[in-house]
Amino acid sequence: MADIKEIIARRVAKELKDGDVVNLGIGLPTMVANFLPPDVHIVLQSENGIMGMGPAAEPGKEDVDIINAGAQYVTVLPGAQYFDSATSFGVIRGGHVDATILGALQVDKHGNLANWIVPGKMVPGMGGAMDLVVGAKKVIIAMQHTQKGVHKILDECTLPYTAINVVDLIITEMGVMEVTPDGLVLSEIHPDFTLDQVQEATECKLIVSPDLKPMK
Amino acid sequence: MKDKRKTAAEAVSVIQDGASIMVGGFMACGTPEILIDALVERNVRNLTIICNDAGVPGRGVGKLVSNGQVKTLIASHVGLNPEVGKRMTCDELDDRIECILVPQGTLAERVRAGGTGLGGFLTPTGVGTIVAEGKQVLHVNGRDYLLELPLRADFALLRGSITDTFGNITYNATTRTFNQVMAMAADHVIVGTCELVEIGAIDPNNVMTSGIFVDTIVGGEEQWQI
Repeated sequence: MADIKEIIARRVAKELKDGDVVNLGIGLPTMVANFLPPDVHIVLQSENGIMGMGPAAEPGKEDVDIINAGAQYVTVLPGAQYFDSATSFGVIRGGHVDATILGALQVDKHGNLANWIVPGKMVPGMGGAMDLVVGAKKVIIAMQHTQKGVHKILDECTLPYTAINVVDLIITEMGVMEVTPDGLVLSEIHPDFTLDQVQEATECKLIVSPDLKPMK
Repeated sequence: MKDKRKTAAEAVSVIQDGASIMVGGFMACGTPEILIDALVERNVRNLTIICNDAGVPGRGVGKLVSNGQVKTLIASHVGLNPEVGKRMTCDELDDRIECILVPQGTLAERVRAGGTGLGGFLTPTGVGTIVAEGKQVLHVNGRDYLLELPLRADFALLRGSITDTFGNITYNATTRTFNQVMAMAADHVIVGTCELVEIGAIDPNNVMTSGIFVDTIVGGEEQWQI
């Protein structure tokens, strides 16, 4: 199997449409921007106050006044704008962000998301994640299907929620799952895996789409 | 008109033990290091710090954390400063930090509400999570919202890129973040600025914070060196 993160990022990129305003989380989601088709141009938003963010700054060419929400030095594209934090989150909560793509510790069949705290172990804070998943029009979870074999896609999250009923789509190296009122519908499966393998790696019962396609 | 210009030491001399202080910036980008350094030098203790994050060790609010001056930290994210995690659980009571985590958008809006005369606001952020604990949930137009209350502080420490001698401020790029709303939400506002210019040198179109909010201006803030 090719690089797992790349497989996921390539598939997520297909969800984005030309002109979409998109917020990418730290880590794997950042890679999505590398795999957009040439005719798809998106507007990247960074919640610390950038609309129209460009790639990371080249070493030696950093502008210390321009960082992204992960505190990395970045660039901005022509036509970019800066906001203060209150306005930036007005943009987010106000439904002006088309899609947010982020990782998860756990996600469940109801579309509930847990990705900010492991009580007693990891208490980094939620940052802007709670606002982003509540405010963005589409919430896409991009993550590895399990945590070294431990289920992450569950009947019910056991960790504290980031938000409830917010996830629209889950994309992993094994497939694509849509959150529906009936549960998770597996709409695409990666050719390297069988249905049994995907189900075994998932705690909740998957509904296999009658129109199941290979994930590319 | 009264001259608002002071040295950093003079500017922070009004800050006493136990004060609540808003600090602008995001991961220390947009935090006035010159004022933080003066506060470390002054060594006031038991501070309540309101800031997006805890900076990093050796930079921004991280310096106040390392020096044991912070009793309560109200922030959205502290994960990039490992010292905060240690101090949240340490046995030595004097070194312990109480950390109150607030969603970033809610934190910004609470500060905005505090500075703009609002009694609170309704946000969908945090509904159904531990953030909702102890808060009123209101059902409006078919959706649940949390009632979030305004936030104010005794002091605000801002970082301007260019400030005139009246206190009108412009912020460059992503240094703006929380500085703009904090300017209106504290009783006493101090700006540390990179450039200090005469009144009239900033085009009114480019003023992001009005000088009427600013009590004290300190020049000599420097660009961060990587």
